[in-house]
Amino acid sequence: MEDLRFQHRVRAPAGGTRQSAIVGVVASGNLEVLVERVLPDVECAVDIKTAAVGFGEVWTAVIGDFVERYSPGGLRFSINDGGARPDTVSLRLAQAVRLIAENGQ
Amino acid sequence: MNTSWQNNRAARDARIAAGAGLARGKVVEAHDATRLLEAVVRPGDRVCLEGDNQKQADLLSRALLAVDLSRISDLHMVQSGVVLPEHLDLFDRGVAKRLDYAYSGPQSARIARMLFGGKIELGAVHTYLELFARYFIDLTPQVALIAAVSADREGNLYTGPNTEDTPTVVEATAFKDGIVIAQVNEIVETVPRVDIPADRVHFIVKSDTPFFVEPLFTRDPAAITEGQILTAMLAIKGIYAPYGVQRLNHGIGFSTAAIELLLPTFGERLGLKGRIATHFALNPHPALIPAIESGWVRQIHSFGSEVGMDDYIRARSDVYFTGPDGSLRSNRAFCQTAGLYACDMFIGSTLQIDLQGNSSTVTTSRIAGFGGAPNMGADARGRRHPSEPWLKAGAEADPDGAALMRRGRKLVVQIGETFGDKNVPLFVERLDALELAEKLNLELAPIMIYGDDVTHIVTEEGVANLLLCRTAQEREQAIRGVAGYTDIGRRRDHGMVAHLRARGVIRRPEDLGINPLDADRSLLAARSIKDLVRWSGGLYAPPSKFRNW
Repeated sequence: MEDLRFQHRVRAPAGGTRQSAIVGVVASGNLEVLVERVLPDVECAVDIKTAAVGFGEVWTAVIGDFVERYSPGGLRFSINDGGARPDTVSLRLAQAVRLIAENGQ
Repeated sequence: MNTSWQNNRAARDARIAAGAGLARGKVVEAHDATRLLEAVVRPGDRVCLEGDNQKQADLLSRALLAVDLSRISDLHMVQSGVVLPEHLDLFDRGVAKRLDYAYSGPQSARIARMLFGGKIELGAVHTYLELFARYFIDLTPQVALIAAVSADREGNLYTGPNTEDTPTVVEATAFKDGIVIAQVNEIVETVPRVDIPADRVHFIVKSDTPFFVEPLFTRDPAAITEGQILTAMLAIKGIYAPYGVQRLNHGIGFSTAAIELLLPTFGERLGLKGRIATHFALNPHPALIPAIESGWVRQIHSFGSEVGMDDYIRARSDVYFTGPDGSLRSNRAFCQTAGLYACDMFIGSTLQIDLQGNSSTVTTSRIAGFGGAPNMGADARGRRHPSEPWLKAGAEADPDGAALMRRGRKLVVQIGETFGDKNVPLFVERLDALELAEKLNLELAPIMIYGDDVTHIVTEEGVANLLLCRTAQEREQAIRGVAGYTDIGRRRDHGMVAHLRARGVIRRPEDLGINPLDADRSLLAARSIKDLVRWSGGLYAPPSKFRNW
């Protein structure tokens, strides 16, 4: 197992009012993303627990592109990764942003 | 001088006479199969042991493996598929020495070990059409050991839906003084249809168990990922639609299965029905059932059949080629030719793509062979008939050429996710095939599809149109530009990739009006094998390994 943490300053807060959301599943080749609206509007954090060691550079690139594209201000993402492919990671993060951007609980 | 011009015919007659003692008419009992082979096969013979993609002469393989080595050894096997363990046991035991073949999927790891260990003297790894062609020039079999469903007493053979290579193998052997021995599941009064006429068959062995058939072309929709769905959407909207691709061949991966399952949903919404994907050179893929049932597909010619599809095919003879008995008639040689000359597109996946676009399914420990993909995935230089996609692709490659003198181009599309199983990258600096060629002292690296034949690469990151690249450098950046987070992708020249995107050489999902978040499994016309059975009205009977109900 490897633990990784990324923190970014972002342009704008994420939309919506929902406080938290979960997408995906913990399974081989997949991942679970918990997203919580707990940070200041200009910050974003991603905590990763991954089964695959040695992919730090890839994670840096994936998270960097994601933050640039979605500007998920105020959100903390906690990822439980079962060795997902980078494109699956990108997709789940985008799904998490879409879900928390919904209004309600 | 006593010159004879019919030595081979005399030798054939002597072989038949030697085997006749074991036969009643043409029929030999299964327990005498090895003795029959000892009687008719000679040391050093070229032997075609029918190993198709699917239909296997398994009884005859075992019988050949058991021959007395003092009578038969050092055979030269010339067969398209090296598929059963017995096919390689022949080399371990010394029955066979030299091998020319096309495909070795299930035996790919062992064949690599045996080549490294010097157990097999390798002629060459061929494409199907190439090996079939050599059957008629310099690799003509002296003995063919084939498989059929049934025979009558005269020796007329019914191959069933998996006719596959049989007519080609028999043609080359029987008409050049060779011996044809068929294993059959049963001997009947009258065969349902004559796939091979009796005068080309010399001996028949009735097998106690039906020949082995493997379901190779069934992809469970339940295993299709969102990434594959996104990639399929990009292919449909970014390639099928703009070129108007009607005549095509699909590879057997999950990405193409996803395309088949998106036609009646995503494709329908785009208004593409009747404009794309109407005529196929394709095995009977169960994943195509929803598109067929929705009226998308007009005609399919097949290389072989697929387990569980018999009743469905029989009931859909408007779509498939069938015999007077109603069942599928497949033919690998003709279907390969159809894929080469009469299709405007090949789309399939691979294991490795390099920076020039060369691709290979060889890794240093596995040699899967070529099968048919290089024939499908190659521009046919002998093609002369025009079609919309072929002309458009030709114009993109050579916009300044004179229209009347300009060759068209076949669309050769490589589709896949940037990372494969266990996060192994699809894109590499150097193909493993090169390392293998060096280790084995081959004169040619085993390249599945050469880069200069590839026109498009589709990944979840976008579509790269290599026809529009004008320099080797543009081509490399176009490939890097869809290589995602692989090392190759991360080392792109961002400025150049942006420029290529502005020119439409690279198209991202958003450039095609596709939101990756819409790539959802609910888009699949069938999400399980059971859904496919439902679509087929209960006619599709999936093999037990695909049933979970």
